[in-house]
Amino acid sequence: MGRETSSAPASFISAVRAVVWKDLAAELRSRELLSSMLVFALLVVLIFNFALELDPQARLTATPGILWATFVFAGTLGLNRSMAIEKDRGCLDGLLLAPVDRSAIYFGKAISNLAFMVIVETVVLPVYSLLYNVNLFQPGLLLVILLGSVGYAAVGTLLASMAVQTRTRDVLLPILLFPLLIPVLIAAVKASAGFLAGLPLADVAPWLNLLLAYDVIFIAISFMVFDYVVEE
Amino acid sequence: MNAKPRWLMFVDALSLILFLAAAAMVLFYAPTERMMGEVQRVFYFHVATAWVGMLGFCAAGVAGIAYLRTADLKWDRISLAAVEISLVFFFAAIVQGSVWARPSWGTWWTWDSRLTTAAIVEMVYLAYLLLRQGIDDPERRARFGAIYTLAGFVSVPLTFISIRLLRTIHPVLIASGESTGGMNMTSEMVQTMVFSVITFSFIFVSLMARRVQLGRLAEQVEQARLQAVE
Repeated sequence: MGRETSSAPASFISAVRAVVWKDLAAELRSRELLSSMLVFALLVVLIFNFALELDPQARLTATPGILWATFVFAGTLGLNRSMAIEKDRGCLDGLLLAPVDRSAIYFGKAISNLAFMVIVETVVLPVYSLLYNVNLFQPGLLLVILLGSVGYAAVGTLLASMAVQTRTRDVLLPILLFPLLIPVLIAAVKASAGFLAGLPLADVAPWLNLLLAYDVIFIAISFMVFDYVVEE
Repeated sequence: MNAKPRWLMFVDALSLILFLAAAAMVLFYAPTERMMGEVQRVFYFHVATAWVGMLGFCAAGVAGIAYLRTADLKWDRISLAAVEISLVFFFAAIVQGSVWARPSWGTWWTWDSRLTTAAIVEMVYLAYLLLRQGIDDPERRARFGAIYTLAGFVSVPLTFISIRLLRTIHPVLIASGESTGGMNMTSEMVQTMVFSVITFSFIFVSLMARRVQLGRLAEQVEQARLQAVE
């Protein structure tokens, strides 16, 4: 741990960029991850539609919850896949051999996972707006979604890289991830509901602070412990 | 290995005696609460078991950090022992809480901050055990377990805060400014509670020591088996 690399910040950033670029390029060619995430997300919305009888009255209160449940479920699909690809094709070993700080690999994977999440969200939001006749494109709500997704990707990437190294793999990830995600979920759902209901910023601020605190804390923890996850 | 059991047996005996004394105090010494009646007596062991749950949870987090720093499997055994004990005691605390909540709040369960956090702690621990189960290499199992207890150690307080922001009806013992449903306890009640907490701390120590010892023995069996195969 704490292995110094040649010219620290510049090479670190270029290593992160290389990992992100690799993931996005691979996804651009195969499209296997995003397509399954997207179809799955839309199916979840559909299921909620039937499960909750979304009449206009119920929609008002249920929308933030449905959105976040959709993101969380679709997100685990993506996290699992993005780590499983690395593991199955031996890419992870190759990445680990590269003479870069290992946390650069973590940040690269986390950023590409975040990118996939954001892409899915940018498709789900207009579809949901259209289907249920609500305007979800409000700056406050978008900020909440971004903050929540950052926390999700930070913890999710760390746990997914542990889960792929176990015998139960993809079954294990949601079990590991969801209990730790509760603060993000509560804060994100509450803040989203606040913005949708048009509450003043002062009422929503505590939830935004909580999201921000969670993001910072878990990025820091992942940065510190990722070396132990890939240590062999 | 034989040096320990002597003090351990002492702690075992002491915690048994203390437990009987605490039970007697709860049943006979503490006065009956005026508003809630006899059912309030469950409160003393409820606080004590919840305390042990918290203790084990913190111990697991600290042992996790210690393992990551030293890579000594001793810390992993301590961490696992603490998690298993906490799991059981937290569950006991939840059940006792339900018994109390039914007549007091009129429901077995509410989504109050402490109750929900306790339930989530249980989920974190179950996930921890499942994670360990999926890994064969003891060294990797210890590393991943340590990381997960550390992550849980940080996320659970945040969970508590976030649900607290929603609102709570659980009686607040250690009064903070906003405490609304606080309890008024007589000095006998406070004595009984403190005594129960101390008693359960001893029980925790003796269980921990036994469980860590068991872990060490299991490891020796494993090694002996490997040698026999060779």
